[in-house]
Amino acid sequence: MIFAGIDIGSNTAKAALIKDNTLVGTRVMPTGYHHLKAGTRVFEELMQQTGLSRSDIRTVVATGYGRASIDFADKAMTEILCHGAGACFLDPDIRGIIDVGGQDSKAIALDDQGHVDNFAMNDKCAAGTGRFLEVMANALEVALDQMGDVGLTADNPAKISSICTVFAESEVISMIARQEKRENIIAGIHDAAAARVAILAAKIRIRGPIMMTGGVAKNPGMIAALEKRLNQPLIISPYCQETGAIGAAVLASRM
Amino acid sequence: MPDNPVAPPKIKAAKKMRDLMTTYYLEALGAAQNNRQVAWITSGGPVEPLVAMDIIPVYPENHGAMIGSAKMGEDLCAKAEDMGYSPDLCAYARSDIACAVVKGGPIGGLPKPDMLICCNNICGTVLKWYEIQARYFQVPLFILDTPVCHTGYTPEIADYVKAQVNEYIAFLEQVTGKKMDPDKMNEVGRLSYEGQRLWQQVLNTTAHKPSPMSAFDAFFFLALIVTLRGTQIAVDFYKELIDELAQRIKDGIGVVPNETFRLLWDNLPVWHRLKWLSDRFSAHQACLVADTYTSAWCSALTHIDENNFLDSMAEAYTRIYLNIGVDQMAQEVLKMIRFYDVNGLVMHSNRSCKPYSFGQMDIMRIVREKTGIPVLMIEADMVDPRYFSESQMETRIDAFMEIVKHKAGRS
Repeated sequence: MIFAGIDIGSNTAKAALIKDNTLVGTRVMPTGYHHLKAGTRVFEELMQQTGLSRSDIRTVVATGYGRASIDFADKAMTEILCHGAGACFLDPDIRGIIDVGGQDSKAIALDDQGHVDNFAMNDKCAAGTGRFLEVMANALEVALDQMGDVGLTADNPAKISSICTVFAESEVISMIARQEKRENIIAGIHDAAAARVAILAAKIRIRGPIMMTGGVAKNPGMIAALEKRLNQPLIISPYCQETGAIGAAVLASRM
Repeated sequence: MPDNPVAPPKIKAAKKMRDLMTTYYLEALGAAQNNRQVAWITSGGPVEPLVAMDIIPVYPENHGAMIGSAKMGEDLCAKAEDMGYSPDLCAYARSDIACAVVKGGPIGGLPKPDMLICCNNICGTVLKWYEIQARYFQVPLFILDTPVCHTGYTPEIADYVKAQVNEYIAFLEQVTGKKMDPDKMNEVGRLSYEGQRLWQQVLNTTAHKPSPMSAFDAFFFLALIVTLRGTQIAVDFYKELIDELAQRIKDGIGVVPNETFRLLWDNLPVWHRLKWLSDRFSAHQACLVADTYTSAWCSALTHIDENNFLDSMAEAYTRIYLNIGVDQMAQEVLKMIRFYDVNGLVMHSNRSCKPYSFGQMDIMRIVREKTGIPVLMIEADMVDPRYFSESQMETRIDAFMEIVKHKAGRS
């Protein structure tokens, strides 16, 4: 029996398939303008990749911002529940999750059985989200996937005091004008973003072990900044970006 | 998400209430032609002496709620910001200050005041807000200062507030040029007490399962106990409403079809999103059965002596929900959680209302520790829609309901 999860995020669409409680495959692609098209395509490409067809799939659960647009899904569930289920699937000991995606960051607390007990999300402001890092990467002319490694080479991290993405960008631009080293500015950006996310974790007092999920978990600079703030190591799965989709597939298998 | 089942019949008293509010505002708007005086007063202010002296009380905060419900908050708030006021200022204050100048909003602005009565038992913003309006309209302002009762009502607070009540009466006598009639004052006090007692009874009906009305209905029916407190009109209306709600209970009519989950709301409503929020929760078969906000207009009943209203008023107005310590607020919330038997608490972190939103994190923690029920915190603003993000709100509510359902063993 095969179950599918589709996670339509603000930046990327993810799909995952599980069979007999093991992962069959995952796929990621940009979301673009059309949620349903992105969801359909990422799902079809994943079936092609795994040599399966629609009739092999028993149940589909959709999650993420575009969850309501996926009309072929049997059920829509929020990414909070899906990240909880996904993280537990990848590592059953997990009790806390930090998920930093394109336009959201959230902290999720799990109970002793691994069920979602509480969560906190960023407010309408984009500070502390993937979008914040993207804006800064643009201002600094550094590729988003290079940003983390560059930041780790900082010798004297800059201090970004603005909590608003727009103001932080102008602060960064004035640092560029003062010829601050790029790596130091980036380290400062990571720390500012991590500070925002750490507040969410503190709000609901999450316990360890903590897994970090979402696209931003691919950024080693952010991971280091967050580990420092949270005062504990973060567990990063190679499937950090697909955790929500995997969780959706897990929940589909329980329906 | 489940299909939308047939909506239950609407509460009939709503039409009467609309008519009563229209009459009230028409009377207030025509005050000058009828040689009557108008006082603007804060929502938690002691209105009874005004009613006893035949002064028409008008509430900028009730007006603010109307502006929010009419979705006219954004323009008026932006106008106030153009005038130089900070976007961090309360949206009631911003829309009122702008409305006084542009005569906008759903009723073309409030009638010009002859005096302003400001009581800071609800917040500190009202002090500066009313000072601004006193300068703008060039009218006298009376400030009643009610110290926060962190742990209780001390003799010093009692003496201090009582002395101000005497000054308040003297102020009114001076502005109107009339003496207060003690018999009339007692009568108004008795009606105010009766109105508040009935309002509490209205709110108590939602302890019934299924609940005959929701907090969204309470937000609406609240207007009368705020604006017409101390009048026979409010007393008569609430009696009628109670009868109708009792009949709904008898007929088994719940306001949310197939009510399965019961929730408690904290803080002011998001006035511009009442229907949206109500629909969103109803779709999960969840009914917001009660709230901490509307009960603020009857929570001090125990401190009122209906036969000696004026003397007991000082204590009753000082010990309202927003003027007590966080520990006591948490106790009130816990009491409501038990009384209404709710499955979850929804807290609106209200950008506008600092005294209401400050302390919510502590209350959230206390509630979770003492009851274990899930608590949702949503960020919005009561009037300014620019702080509202629909898709973020959807995700939060849906995720919260997933947890509520799971805890209730119904996921």
